[in-house]
Amino acid sequence: MTLTHVFYLLIFPGLLFTGVLGMLVGWVDRKVSARFQFRVGPPLLQNFNDFFKLLGKETIVTKESVAAMFLSAPFIAFGMLVLVSAMVGVALFYGAGFGGDIIVIMYLLMIYSVMVILGGSSTGNVYSSVGAGREIKLLLADELAFILVILVPIIKSGYELELGAILSAQAEQGVFIGSASGVIAFIIGILSIQAKMTLPPFDIPEAETEIVEGPFMEYSGPPLAFWKLSRLMMWVIFPFFLILILWGGFNFTGLGILWSLLKYLLIVVVMIIIKNTNPRVRIDTSLNFFWKYLTPLGFVAIILAILGV
Amino acid sequence: MGWYNKRLAKSIWVFHISASPCNNCDIEILDLLTPRYDIERFGIKLVGSIRHADALLVTGILNRKVGPRVKAIYEQAPRPCFAVGVGSCPASGCCFKDSYNIPSSPKDTIPFDLFIPGCPPKPENMIEGVVKLVEVLNG
Repeated sequence: MTLTHVFYLLIFPGLLFTGVLGMLVGWVDRKVSARFQFRVGPPLLQNFNDFFKLLGKETIVTKESVAAMFLSAPFIAFGMLVLVSAMVGVALFYGAGFGGDIIVIMYLLMIYSVMVILGGSSTGNVYSSVGAGREIKLLLADELAFILVILVPIIKSGYELELGAILSAQAEQGVFIGSASGVIAFIIGILSIQAKMTLPPFDIPEAETEIVEGPFMEYSGPPLAFWKLSRLMMWVIFPFFLILILWGGFNFTGLGILWSLLKYLLIVVVMIIIKNTNPRVRIDTSLNFFWKYLTPLGFVAIILAILGV
Repeated sequence: MGWYNKRLAKSIWVFHISASPCNNCDIEILDLLTPRYDIERFGIKLVGSIRHADALLVTGILNRKVGPRVKAIYEQAPRPCFAVGVGSCPASGCCFKDSYNIPSSPKDTIPFDLFIPGCPPKPENMIEGVVKLVEVLNG
């Protein structure tokens, strides 16, 4: 653990960069959603105001809750996302990594969901428990499709388990999204990311109108602020990860900057459009959708990737 | 506290309590969120859980039955938290003033910071009330 690692983790691709960019992209989300409904939408620094306001609020721990789990879950989840953002960012911006880091990322993202489940079920609130249970079901639904998406670039790069190697393989043989299997994987990727971020139509765990934000219902003050920040950071982590494994990463020479920005904004805007044009699906509908349609499609993508298409 | 209050003034999350209202005030509150008035411009958001709230919008007459419930909800809110009475009912009891089921002073049920009178108040009035709250926060 040298000083560079601390810099990676806390400042550039990690905490500070991802947090600030996540809040700005979260503003884009709210603004575009508002324009969809012919509203004006919040000001640019709204998410910063929300975050700092929540830091100063009182934290309430209910009598029925398991206080240690209840209070540590948001911070552990936040730490996991900082780690993922640092790993994805280092691979994207410096082309560096370590053997098997793509598997570590899969595990760390899983731990985030597990923390949502543990935090939600430790509050002693019925709605939170229902939300935690729904989070488990949604995790069951989207995890397999997400893993199949990750397998496609691994196969196409010649069974490399390192993000840097996947990136350099794309530099040699062209971006993976240019092939049939890559396109299929990308489409499944966007939909399963939508479910991983629990955005509509897959906002089943937090369903504000029926179970009032589910697992996050009993949180107040700083723990809630860190849940919100984690969810905003996902707006950076998941599109970056998708660009990294399927769309050839970023390019910072000349017009490449513009093209990189465009790639990122394209994924974000597609996700916002899906979010705003679809109502919430039921838990059985989403399981059907992922297991009956996307997972077989994922297997097709893998077979195509093995055949080299 | 000045810096923090400025952040709070720009991000007031409101929780809506219906304490046996006639529903007119509630409809006017919902109007605030619609495209015509769009109160999200000021960072004001309607939240579903009392734990996330910064301000409570109380509508209705706060009678003997619902008063203790409103008090219980108010006590569950994280501080700092403001209570805003919307409409004439929480302030004065309106036309139900002398009913048998209304306590002698309904506005003492919870410590209100602000009343927005009117039966029902117009959305413009409510925005004005919110602006006053923000001015108090900004000092």
